[in-house]
Amino acid sequence: MADGLDEAREWLATMLLIRRFEERAGQMYAKNKVGGFLHLAIGEEATIVGAVRAMRDEDYLISTYRSHGHAIARGTDPKRVMAELFGKATGVSGGRGGSMHMFDGERRFMGGYGIVGGNLPLAAGIAFSSDYRETEEVTVCVFGDGAANQGTFGETLNLAALWKLPVVFMVTNNQFGMGTSLERHSAQTDLHKRGEGYGVPGLRADGMDVGDTYEVMSEAIERVRADRTPILVEAVTYRFAGHSMADPEEYREKDDVKEWREQHDPIKNFAEKLEDVDLEALDEEIGARIDAAVEFAEDSDFPTPESIYDHLYVDG
Amino acid sequence: MAELRYREALNQALREELERDERVFILGEDIGVFQGAFKVTDGLLEAFGDKRVRDTPISENTIVGLGVGAAMTGLRPIVELMTVNFSLLAMDQIVNHMAAIPYMFNGQARVPMVVRMPQGAGHQLGPTHSHCLEAIYLHVPGMLLAVPSTPADAKGLLKAAIRDDNPVVFIEHESLYGAKGEVPEDEDHLVEFGQAAIRREGTDVTIVGISRMAITAQEAAETLAEEHDIQAEVIDPRTLRPLDLPTILESVRKTNRCVIVEEGWPHGGVGANLAALIQEQAFDHLDAPILRVSGLDLPMPYSKPLEQLAFPHAEQVVETVKSLF
Repeated sequence: MADGLDEAREWLATMLLIRRFEERAGQMYAKNKVGGFLHLAIGEEATIVGAVRAMRDEDYLISTYRSHGHAIARGTDPKRVMAELFGKATGVSGGRGGSMHMFDGERRFMGGYGIVGGNLPLAAGIAFSSDYRETEEVTVCVFGDGAANQGTFGETLNLAALWKLPVVFMVTNNQFGMGTSLERHSAQTDLHKRGEGYGVPGLRADGMDVGDTYEVMSEAIERVRADRTPILVEAVTYRFAGHSMADPEEYREKDDVKEWREQHDPIKNFAEKLEDVDLEALDEEIGARIDAAVEFAEDSDFPTPESIYDHLYVDG
Repeated sequence: MAELRYREALNQALREELERDERVFILGEDIGVFQGAFKVTDGLLEAFGDKRVRDTPISENTIVGLGVGAAMTGLRPIVELMTVNFSLLAMDQIVNHMAAIPYMFNGQARVPMVVRMPQGAGHQLGPTHSHCLEAIYLHVPGMLLAVPSTPADAKGLLKAAIRDDNPVVFIEHESLYGAKGEVPEDEDHLVEFGQAAIRREGTDVTIVGISRMAITAQEAAETLAEEHDIQAEVIDPRTLRPLDLPTILESVRKTNRCVIVEEGWPHGGVGANLAALIQEQAFDHLDAPILRVSGLDLPMPYSKPLEQLAFPHAEQVVETVKSLF
């Protein structure tokens, strides 16, 4: 649990900001303002906020194609995240990355990545760099349950343990690799145990509880900071929306989703634990920020045709 | 100038750049204790320690990706892969990450790293260790591509690659590691990317040779001059991205004939690409079709006589050039 009520309120506000951002992003997708694939983190907000709030500013975060919330929690202006979805020049990646490829170097958000499992080796490299430069930095590498079946999972956990790299591998187990449920894609469904054979100890967090996620991630991050050796954290969560907007969700029961939404909503449940929270007023304030983000995205210019080759190569 | 073998020139480049820049480090399979599968990293572990020279497990995709992450956060990694065939295991990190990241994040992250690997046939290593895949890497925008054929270029291009802020795929040739040549001793001897070398001047035909085939092309040119009175101009592009097309076009405008020699497969090859570029920009100067000499269109066979048939030799280049007259 957070140290003070102000901190707890900030967690709640950030989770709600992510929720409302994602909902609006979905609406904008339906209006054809957003192209490509759009993967929403509705239901997974506690995994994001609990993890990010356990990090220091100098720590690195690296994520997946479901990363709007990670950017926002790290402090990126939602306007620039929305503008990226709109493909505008003012977007965090200048309209070159889109939903799956957010990045904010200033806040040490080292990107969302579209290839499942593709970010694990990068996280090892970032952590290697932290040790090479003799810093105390820790890298938090977020990936989904589906990514735990990629070769990079085994390769990177082995290498990180062998070289004692300061990485927290955080598997956001939302119980589906796209449309394939956990028990249909993994023989070992306790994913935090998947690191043991590589010498990476595992912890498990209730990913629907921001307080628990924060506690477990804090323990993992500070242990990794001190010991300079990796830990695997499994945050068990549930995706309330489809894998992407292009998902008819025929692989799961509507009643299951309903039950998770009603009984395990990380925002509603956390708000109920806090005294003296005016959720309605908070929602109104957040709604205005989202309106402003959409307006900013609408009003921004698309990248110019002349800029199409910019940043392909570094000159000189 | 000192006479060095190609592998010694590479070793010298690595040594000098490790010495010059603390951010440079090397990682790869058996590059340290074993001293490198082809001894390119001989002595470096002892000289620089295991912070700078790192043996890795056999995990190609992850060691390239580790290099990418390190490069994004201020280091300058050099990743050695044991052969170009093994680099295929790292294709995701090379194409989807190393080459794409600077662009897809709008220049917020740079990836100054080098991935080195040898290629080539001639050692009976069969269908999974012997190919020439520069065409695959040429296909990918966002990175530079070097194919040095001499010790001097091996050193000068590798040093330039390490100092470059772009990702570089650096393809060495396995059969050239023992080749000797004069190498400048100056520690700032760099060979600029995008500068072809004219290995032999001539007036009758332009032969462009890729990687080791630049050497084969020179052998062929000597035979053509001595036995057939044909003066071939031999061009070694040295880097394929950027490509020094102006030098090639200028030569073709002079000789009006062109043969491209490569060891890789013919379809979608370097030669196919170059032939298209030449005919687009110098069609009116051509007196004959552009011809290609390439490796055969199959996985490399093991058996010696078959292997020798499967990649180009000087005799085929001579015959191909003669057919243009």
